[in-house]
Amino acid sequence: MATSFSATLPLHGSQESRLSLTPIRLAPPSSFLGSTRSLSIPSSRSRLYHAHAARRSPVVGVQEVVKDKKITNSLLITKEEGLELYEDMILGRSFEDMCAQMYYRGKMFGFVHLYNGQEAVSTGFIKLLTQSDSVVSTYRDHVHALSKGVSARAVMSELFGKVTGCCRGQGGSMHMFSKEHNMLGGFAFIGEGIPVATGAAFTSKYKREVLKQDCDDVTVAFFGDGTCNNGQFYECLNMAALYKLPIIFVVENNLWAIGMSHLRSTSDPEIWKKGPAFGMPGVHVDGMDVLKVREVAKEAVTRARRGEGPTLVECETYRFRGHSLADPDELRDAAEKAKYAARDPITALKKYLMENKLANEGELKTIEKKIDELVEEAVEFADASPQPGRSQLLENVFADPKGFGIGPDGRYRCEDPKFTEGTAQV
Amino acid sequence: MSAIIHGAGAATALSTFNFKTLVAPCRTNIPGRSKRCIVAAGSDDDASKSFGSSILTVRHSQKLIANAVATKADMSATTGTGHELLLFEALQEGLEEEMDRDPHVCVMGEDVGHYGGSYKVTKGLADKFGDLRVLDTPICENAFTGMGIGAAMTGLRPVIEGMNMGFLLLAFNQISNNCGMLHYTSGGQFTIPVVIRGPGGVGRQLGAEHSQRLESYFQSIPGIQMVACSTPYNAKGLMKAAIRSENPVILFEHVLLYNLKEKIPDEEYICNLEEAEMVRPGEHITILTYSRMRYHVMQAAKTLVNKGYDPEVIDIRSLKPFDLYTIGNSVKKTHRVLIVEECMRTGGIGASLTAAINENFHDYLDAPVMCLSSQDVPTPYAGTLEEWTVVQPAQIVTAVEQLCQ
Repeated sequence: MATSFSATLPLHGSQESRLSLTPIRLAPPSSFLGSTRSLSIPSSRSRLYHAHAARRSPVVGVQEVVKDKKITNSLLITKEEGLELYEDMILGRSFEDMCAQMYYRGKMFGFVHLYNGQEAVSTGFIKLLTQSDSVVSTYRDHVHALSKGVSARAVMSELFGKVTGCCRGQGGSMHMFSKEHNMLGGFAFIGEGIPVATGAAFTSKYKREVLKQDCDDVTVAFFGDGTCNNGQFYECLNMAALYKLPIIFVVENNLWAIGMSHLRSTSDPEIWKKGPAFGMPGVHVDGMDVLKVREVAKEAVTRARRGEGPTLVECETYRFRGHSLADPDELRDAAEKAKYAARDPITALKKYLMENKLANEGELKTIEKKIDELVEEAVEFADASPQPGRSQLLENVFADPKGFGIGPDGRYRCEDPKFTEGTAQV
Repeated sequence: MSAIIHGAGAATALSTFNFKTLVAPCRTNIPGRSKRCIVAAGSDDDASKSFGSSILTVRHSQKLIANAVATKADMSATTGTGHELLLFEALQEGLEEEMDRDPHVCVMGEDVGHYGGSYKVTKGLADKFGDLRVLDTPICENAFTGMGIGAAMTGLRPVIEGMNMGFLLLAFNQISNNCGMLHYTSGGQFTIPVVIRGPGGVGRQLGAEHSQRLESYFQSIPGIQMVACSTPYNAKGLMKAAIRSENPVILFEHVLLYNLKEKIPDEEYICNLEEAEMVRPGEHITILTYSRMRYHVMQAAKTLVNKGYDPEVIDIRSLKPFDLYTIGNSVKKTHRVLIVEECMRTGGIGASLTAAINENFHDYLDAPVMCLSSQDVPTPYAGTLEEWTVVQPAQIVTAVEQLCQ
């Protein structure tokens, strides 16, 4: 099938934009793998590779484009945008740090997966979305929920298992949902959120084409490198491209799936290449740089809104902490961690804002202080909130509680007065 | 598979022997027959044997022949003559009516669109409603079931078809984690009004993997409802009810029942998702069944009636949750229960139902609950072997005779 990628990627007048368009091309032999011991692509090699690849397939890396932009001295963001991005990333970082503290103090339990280091991806994508756009995530979902607009109080309460949590304490760390903000979760098994995201995108298309409503909502699905070896991922890539669904698949490639290195588990580690195999553009971007992510996101979201179909975006990123708070994180090399710590997205944005005179130290400090207070307040609120009572046990199992059936006395079980107390036999 | 036409005319009860006080009043008073009441709890073997045989002699001399089937209570007092159709057409009619009524109802599955459905349940719908409302999916059960769930969360009401129920094993992740649990884990924020339907059960030499009964695998999943249709009437009614329900409902159809013919009302009707269906009222024994086994039971019932027994046959219809009211009333009346199912013995619907009955109605039982299920073997291809894996009417007759001793 012919797909028109020309008007879309890449951005802003790069030479590679005039592409010949036959979607499926064999990618050139990968120089990526090289040695399994080297865990990142040296930037010069990747630039060459991407430039080479761009002429053959509708896939581009964005690094060189953004660099060009800087040289021509036009900024990528305005001051307001910059401060908004900064605030969102600081919120993500502070919140996650507070989660770690609270966990070790015994306020939250179970599996808690923290997002430190990956803030650029969440902020870069979600800050471009409207309230009616949907976001689907995995178990590493606190920051996606926060970026989408769920209040820090609601997320913290949920983590504490309190009634005021966004899911009434019934979901927990791995199941952050918000109907108001169209945060569709929060899924514990990897890959199981991707079909749900595909469904949300399907609804968008259905509303437009069957119900004849004015709907250009997009869905962004976040997931990791480990998920990219899972069948559900490929099944959904196929369906999304086939039906031209308004969805963006964002791979947060942090190189590790708990203790399994991406290179040890994947025959071809370059995930962006899997997009063109299904007939959609695949883009690789530096996920430690929020501005680069944002530029790619703009393009992908616009494509989806115009009805041109899905995009696969691979963000090279890193998590500074272990897989979860229970993970001793012994397998990762200290040198690798240090290298990525030096590319901290928050530090990078701060530098950009200050160098380009978009903000000064004082303004940034104000934001940091504001967020600190917000997170402290969220903890206080969560602490003060009540735990769920027994009466909540049987609610919400069914949307229509008649689903518990008819009891021996002939009445529906949900009519039993003990039902609302949570002590009925169902 | 013979068609069963439900005629008018109530079944007459043959005798009334009360071991306990009846919940329901006695059905008929046959002149010249004394009612025997034994008040003792439990049954003494000798006494019941002699009692049973004396009843038999009395009955034979009376030469009462009752109909093996009963009126459907649902069908009473319908205006208009109704129209006759096959079960798959009834499903299609129900689906089409709901799609006309609510533009958010859509269908997705393999070959549901242009092909019209592998069992023709969605025939003609794609022409009428378009390719997006009746979506032909690629072969990826897990993903398109999940897609249906995501669509349901965001406002649509998908009917997801598994071409064969067995294929839905591939969608177990989505059905268990998302379909069943998501309403709860989201704190009630998102509803999943999906209907997951498809043909299952043992067919005619379809082989092991196409002859699966998934009701036993899905029954533990919290948050879903399961119903099994068995006649054109309840197929249409349950389809409509399932689509209108806000809960995720799994509708089990049976490969061998699609060509059953029946006359159904012209006017709109819905069957209650949580209720069981009284197929044949009786006095001696409660036979609980669902789906295809209903017909094996009714066939056995003809034999049983000729032998002088009066079985009460209930099609439980709602596999999860069980309608313990209808079942309980029946147990309180007859005090003997036989469950006939096509599920496998281990962990099947019958196993759960036995536990539920023992738990709730233990005091009313005069004999242990007997459960006839399929053998715990993969369904063989060979016709003879296949026949022996599934419960046959002769076995049902033997079981009733054994229980009623």
